[in-house]
Amino acid sequence: MGLLASTSVDLARLQFATTSIYHFLFVPLTLGLGPLVAIMQTLWLRTKDERWLRLTRFFGTLFLINFAIGVATGLVQEFEFGMNWSIYAKFVGNVFGAPLAIEGLAAFMLESTFLGLWIFGWNRLSPRLHLATLWIAVLGTWLSAYFILVANSWMQHPVGYKIVHGEAQLTSVWALLSNGFALRAYLHTILAGVIFGSILMLGVCCWHFLRGRQVELFRKAALLALIVAVPITFLQLIVGNRFGEAVTSAQGMKIAASEAQWNTCQPCGFSLFQIGGFTKSDPTPSFSITIPRLLSYMADGSFGGQVQGLNQLQAKEQSKYGPGNYIPDVRVIYWSMRVMAFAGVLMFLVAALGAWLYRRKRLERARWFHRTAIAAIALPYIAATAGWILTEMGRQPWIVQGLLLTSKASSPNVSTTWIGISLGVFVALYVILGLVDFVLMRRYARPGGPEEREELAVPAVTY
Amino acid sequence: MNLQNFWFVLIAVLWGGYFVLEGFDFGVGMLLPFLPRDEGERSAMFESIGPVWDGNEVWLVVAGAATFAAFPAWYGTMFSGFYLALLLILFFLIVRVVSFEWRAKSESPRWRRIWMWANAGGSAGIALVWGIGLSNLLHGVPIDSNGDYAGGFWNLFTGYPILGGIAFVLVFAFHGAIYLTLRTVGDLCERSQRAARLLAIPAVAVGAGYLIWTVAVAVDRNDKSVFPPVLPAAIALAAFALAAVFVYSRRGGIAFTLSVVGTLALVATLFTSLYPRVMVSSPDFANSLTVQNASSAHYTLAVMSVVAAICLPLVLIYQGWTYHVFRARVGGDELTGATETSAV
Repeated sequence: MGLLASTSVDLARLQFATTSIYHFLFVPLTLGLGPLVAIMQTLWLRTKDERWLRLTRFFGTLFLINFAIGVATGLVQEFEFGMNWSIYAKFVGNVFGAPLAIEGLAAFMLESTFLGLWIFGWNRLSPRLHLATLWIAVLGTWLSAYFILVANSWMQHPVGYKIVHGEAQLTSVWALLSNGFALRAYLHTILAGVIFGSILMLGVCCWHFLRGRQVELFRKAALLALIVAVPITFLQLIVGNRFGEAVTSAQGMKIAASEAQWNTCQPCGFSLFQIGGFTKSDPTPSFSITIPRLLSYMADGSFGGQVQGLNQLQAKEQSKYGPGNYIPDVRVIYWSMRVMAFAGVLMFLVAALGAWLYRRKRLERARWFHRTAIAAIALPYIAATAGWILTEMGRQPWIVQGLLLTSKASSPNVSTTWIGISLGVFVALYVILGLVDFVLMRRYARPGGPEEREELAVPAVTY
Repeated sequence: MNLQNFWFVLIAVLWGGYFVLEGFDFGVGMLLPFLPRDEGERSAMFESIGPVWDGNEVWLVVAGAATFAAFPAWYGTMFSGFYLALLLILFFLIVRVVSFEWRAKSESPRWRRIWMWANAGGSAGIALVWGIGLSNLLHGVPIDSNGDYAGGFWNLFTGYPILGGIAFVLVFAFHGAIYLTLRTVGDLCERSQRAARLLAIPAVAVGAGYLIWTVAVAVDRNDKSVFPPVLPAAIALAAFALAAVFVYSRRGGIAFTLSVVGTLALVATLFTSLYPRVMVSSPDFANSLTVQNASSAHYTLAVMSVVAAICLPLVLIYQGWTYHVFRARVGGDELTGATETSAV
């Protein structure tokens, strides 16, 4: 029975990881491409330059293909809390349910309704009002992300609650909404979204340059993408680092694991790469490249700062919560942190290189860069996935940090078979949807694709 | 009225909003394989709900999240208990959502047929499973003393809930057919009329059977008196019957108003029959979840009440405005600059 129970927790975790990582492949592009499309439509209205309208339509189509799947997979996330994690749901509903409900009422309603108005409102609304519907929909997506991150951040750093009769009850909605962890996570996520949007845009423009199609048109879009991507990818490196400080104070174990830091150090070097050193019995890497004092700076902002080691934190947690293993999977956490950070740096380099080429008027001709930028479209996806693995697996063994263990939070009445069936259904469905989405995105982003062939004056009936 | 009761009513309102709005979307979806004669008419049917279905679906997202926040124990027990049923709903929801966006993305007849059927099957499936699931809240399912579901998948399929599922399908198909008579033109409008007339009798008959059985189940299994559940049931019955009459006399506007009232009253019947319980336990009636024992604490409910008081009127205003913007019939001459960018 014990074995069976742990299997069902593992399956439920696997399912949550699969469905939420998948969901988050689509969400950030919605967050980032939305405002970029809105900016292009605004530029069209301001300058009356028809090329901005064409770009609005081109990237608007990609935005919508992506949006649909984000909506469809978001529902699964909401239902899953009740289906697979009923003990969790009952334990946290008072606190965690509130931002979810507010998200639905205040944000998701806005986003869905106004997006419908935008899609079908081209000839029924005045141009200004029509543009306003898109900006309102974008506002909806950004609000939506805020409330969801408030909910998630409460799992990482619970605030504004008390425990009554074995359940968490809200005591201050203000504390919940202004949770420092949530605000930092929100900024980090929104920037990630904008990076998704601008890197994808840059890559698609470069694809057109590579084929020599619509070069004039896509030069405008490339400039917009670069103006956004260069500062934002750089800012993200700083914000990500600051976010790390917040995590250090709320979840010391997560940071120690992300550095495979078994024993407390001061000052601490940042390990760029290492072989071995990921288990308690093998705490010292056989090979590593380390930058001295950098970890101290990242953890608390000073070059002489102290970072607590996993062993010391484990002893502390044991004295606080009783016997048990409170150390997450160090190998996974260490590498997810690095993959995220390296991808982040690479995206900044690609954007900076593109800007430099643009200034030298060589962007349209640098074929090697076109291929690089197209390949770079994968980077934000890799970084975001690694980031969520770090965030969620780094919290283990807790489902709510310090309050509820993951192993005690799953639905007691749901059998392993049921979870297995649902996992199978989701994986099969998501693979098919993912393939179709990829084919469609590619088709509509391709040089000479359907959106380009349409004549502007006679809009094609796509319905 | 204390806040727990207020939230019980509000959740009923959210479900009501969901079924009134998404109900006709389901109806339009279910009629997709039968009404249109060509691709243009199929597109017109899609376009009749294109701008609004997504906003309509959010009522479900909010109903679910509000249940999570206001009645965590209800949410946890219902969602984990009705596991496979909810999995089915999610499956149908997903294929239906993407069908709206993806169908128009290729000219291939086979591709379009796949997504047309995804939409039709999803619409019917969601209506059927929600009818079965919500009816089971009242009919009663095994709940143990910890408040957890103690039954299996097949426990959900007994006479009354199955009738509930069929009633939901027929009522929404009827509701959707009336909606189409108001939103389409020409031959398609004529065929929508015929469909509405054809569906009127079975929808009213099965709907009536379900309403009566609901009141009987409330008395029999949930310790209720005939009054008050009989009141919304009578309103629902009268509204659906009158809607049928007005369908036959070709007064689409009035018929639609009546099917809206009927759907709201049907949801009201179900929730009035449930109160003060939210999930009836059977055979151990004492283990039933109630508005009292399943709810969140006062503070959460108070905060959420403020949010709802601000947001819900706003939602009604801007969604109402959306219907105003897209009030013109589809499939006429002015088809369809509206779909210029692309179509969801």
